[in-house]
Amino acid sequence: MEWMVWTTPTLVFFPVIAAILAGMTVWEIASPSIERRGFLPIATTRGDRLFIGLLSAAYLHLMVVGFTPLSIWMALAASILWMLVLMRWG
Amino acid sequence: MTKVRNNHAWWLILPMLLLVAFSAIIPLMTVVNYSVQDVFDANTRFFTGTEWFREMLNDPALQAAVLRQFAFSLTVLAIEVPLGIGIALLMPKKGWQASAVLILVTMPLLIPWNVVGSIWQIFTRGDIGLMGWSLRELGYGYNITASPVDAWATIILMDVWHWTPLIALLCYSGLRSIPDAYYQAARIDRASQWSVFRYIQLPKLTNVLVIGVLLRFMHSFMIYAEPFVLTGGGPGSSTTFLSQSLTTMAIGQQDLGPSAAFSLIYFLIILLVSWVFYTAIMNMQKDKPDGGV
Repeated sequence: MEWMVWTTPTLVFFPVIAAILAGMTVWEIASPSIERRGFLPIATTRGDRLFIGLLSAAYLHLMVVGFTPLSIWMALAASILWMLVLMRWG
Repeated sequence: MTKVRNNHAWWLILPMLLLVAFSAIIPLMTVVNYSVQDVFDANTRFFTGTEWFREMLNDPALQAAVLRQFAFSLTVLAIEVPLGIGIALLMPKKGWQASAVLILVTMPLLIPWNVVGSIWQIFTRGDIGLMGWSLRELGYGYNITASPVDAWATIILMDVWHWTPLIALLCYSGLRSIPDAYYQAARIDRASQWSVFRYIQLPKLTNVLVIGVLLRFMHSFMIYAEPFVLTGGGPGSSTTFLSQSLTTMAIGQQDLGPSAAFSLIYFLIILLVSWVFYTAIMNMQKDKPDGGV
């Protein structure tokens, strides 16, 4: 795997995403998600909200990195907070 | 009583999953790794963190390419979707005419991208090309190598010529699947041609249009060979689309770190727009009483 030029942050990132997906699968089997309507304008399942959360987190990171002097850790913290709000009330 | 569902068939997608892992996921992970480093060779690499992303997001040439790309994709969608539906409605329904028209309509789809570029390159030449020569004879100083307007119009015309048939074919198959009973009911109600289209044909076309719009969006957003052969991105950079900027950076200049960061941004844009299209169209269907079946 030397040719894949891994770095510590990316080596942490992918297993975390994989663990989230695995966790969501287990959760879905344990108690299947019911589509519902929260503060988002569309009815969503748990998986939809995870996808929306991950995608908006990616954009948030890009905005922070590209157009503000803020630290990327701020973006990460905001993303985690946003993800929790989205999963619970989205 | 709870229903027991047998989910063992899911194991059958395992070979496909492995294939995708090797052809898409592992390469994508490698791109992510490259995007946070400056890699010279296997032993010499430096961690750059978010530097490449910052650089790419603030690059005026790339920002312009993104806007140009959106302008292009939305323009071709706005032309090809209504035109494709129109053509599908006009296509004969049975007999030898139906087969003949189907073959004629399909022709442009069979031509490889770079060949399409070459065809139009010759077609638009002022000295020997049919279109270029005719326009000049008519008194219009048509020149795609000097005028950005001409270059744009030609690329859009080329894309419409090449890809409207796809929408037309999808809609044609959608229209063929509408049972006759619907038309008979409409005739009894003395529905106008427009109401038949608006309340019977268009709703039945939603499913194929989702596929058509998504395919056309992704395709046009990745467009590379045709404009590259036709205009080479010029005049200036007026027809340089995203994939061409990326190729120049990755292959031409071997800037692997920045182009990896740029690829990821490119990928995220496509992912977002496709998701928005898909969700919007699927929700439009859900709101209808019959579920849009």
